[in-house]
Amino acid sequence: MIKDFFVKKKKYVTVPSQKAKQEVPEGIMKKCPQCKKIMYAKELKKNLYICQSCGYHYPLTAYERVEILFDKGSFEEFDREMISENPLDFSGYLEKLDKDREKTGLNEAVVTGKGKINGYSTVVAVMDSRFRMGSMGSVVGEKIARSIERAMELNLPVIIFTASGGARMQEGMLSLMQMAKTSAVLKQFSDDGGLFITVMTHPTTGGVTASFASLGDYNFAEPGALIGFAGRRVIEQTIREELPEDFQTAEFLLKHGQLDKVIPRDELKETLSTVLSIHTGGGEK
Amino acid sequence: MAPGLDFEKPIEELKEKIRELKSFMEEKDIDLTDELERLQTRLKELEEETYSNMSPWDRVQIARHMDRPTTLDYIPHLFTDFIECHGDRLFGDDPAIVGGIAKFHGHPVTVIGEQRGRDTKENLKRNFGMAHPEGYRKALRLMKQAEKFGRPVITFIDTKGAFPGKAAEERGQGEAIARNLFEMAGLKVPMISVVIGEGASGGALALGVTDKILMLENSWYSVISPEGAAALLWKDSGLAERAAKTMKITGPDLKELNIIDELIPEVLGGAHHNPEEQAKTIDQYLWDAWQDLNPFNPEELVKKRLEKYRKMGKYGVASDFTHQS
Ligand SMILES: [Zn+2]
Repeated sequence: MIKDFFVKKKKYVTVPSQKAKQEVPEGIMKKCPQCKKIMYAKELKKNLYICQSCGYHYPLTAYERVEILFDKGSFEEFDREMISENPLDFSGYLEKLDKDREKTGLNEAVVTGKGKINGYSTVVAVMDSRFRMGSMGSVVGEKIARSIERAMELNLPVIIFTASGGARMQEGMLSLMQMAKTSAVLKQFSDDGGLFITVMTHPTTGGVTASFASLGDYNFAEPGALIGFAGRRVIEQTIREELPEDFQTAEFLLKHGQLDKVIPRDELKETLSTVLSIHTGGGEK
Repeated sequence: MAPGLDFEKPIEELKEKIRELKSFMEEKDIDLTDELERLQTRLKELEEETYSNMSPWDRVQIARHMDRPTTLDYIPHLFTDFIECHGDRLFGDDPAIVGGIAKFHGHPVTVIGEQRGRDTKENLKRNFGMAHPEGYRKALRLMKQAEKFGRPVITFIDTKGAFPGKAAEERGQGEAIARNLFEMAGLKVPMISVVIGEGASGGALALGVTDKILMLENSWYSVISPEGAAALLWKDSGLAERAAKTMKITGPDLKELNIIDELIPEVLGGAHHNPEEQAKTIDQYLWDAWQDLNPFNPEELVKKRLEKYRKMGKYGVASDFTHQS
């Protein structure tokens, strides 16, 4: 049951840094990385992990996202048992996967399933940047492709919450090919009339930006999320020019016409269910 | 004569020795034919030995050779009536990608390729073959045009990657690449790619979602450059040689992984030793691929293409999995 994951997850309450650990009692209090204000973890959770004083959106784990988004008890997970292999015999890769499974309680960097948002059924994929920085390997690509195919069978929309450092280096070209695979399945879904929504969360970069994250019928993002293709440091080294402070933030992308809307987390559920309602038809007769 | 690469030094040295011996024979009018023949046999052996035992890193060096033929070098040998078409109709024209219409064995075709410079000046103009969003969008415009008129698309992949720059990000580099993958997956005409040099990351893939991927044997195609991989994985870009091996980026490696469809052999020592001869081999492989795709109608092509990409990836099932929801 989904409930078990939440119980398990509590053991791994994240504290931003060693330094913060010393200053703030672990688990009970949380210090905002942006404004440095300290909040009760309980209150923070009630506030959907948004800092009350500055509006900073804490990164969510995949199951936290599921919990705040879906109607209670409606979420049903797909393909939880899928795990990565080591196709290139990359030294140390399997150990790193093990470590991240231990750390996160997840089998991979994306959780997929279906559930209800204010009564509207949808398929969802939620990435979790704690697992291998949310990088896309074969399993991430496959779980996303399968969830889109299931949405097609069930005649449901797909919402993907992206959070990714890009490609899974240790899977080499197989990682790059997941971009082609997910995009190809989305094309089929789109031709079939399927509704696809992306919500880009912090951070969404590299190969995920250059594939499904950018292909929504609606591309949304959370405030302050870092979104881009190339990394800031690589760009700075290449062009030797100072980049604006808001470079590659959700707000920057909105300004440059790359997003439909930046949606604060506490309005997300309402906005998404409104979009879903517009796409289910009905209305006055 | 193209300048030699490090691993080719013994060959260069032996060639020089043969030249010296020849001029010595002429000068002194002494017959050393036996000795000359011995050296020439040795040269042949050495060339075969060297070029059949190339490491991935040797191949990367050949792929990056300044004299390696580019898209525009191959086009006149492979096609007739090529007319270059410019611009994405949205922002501008990106010289890092060239494209246009032509004939292949007499049949109409759309040709698109990444284009690096052949000298420093041209490299500056073409941004080292690293495209901006308008480059990928030009490519997409030409592909949709090909679809409208029912002619196949042939693409040439040769890029160090999509350009990492401020303007590129502002104009949606990620979206431009993503859109190409999405649209190429459903394009209702036969599509063939040839990796002719370097193929790095999404910038390469943006021209590479096709029915058949052919690859020159001394090209590389990877999720990231060997230097980038080394920097990310081991915090040392100097370990690029190791990354070239570990990441499995060369033609032979990728054929084994079933990522590419055909490996195109190169002339001895690499395509730059004889571009015209190389073009002939590419032509044979392209024509074979073209004829392989000929029998399929548009719907079959799209279905087969989707199936091909759908299968890519390797994964397993957790053995200790007990708590499925
Ligand atoms: Zn704050």
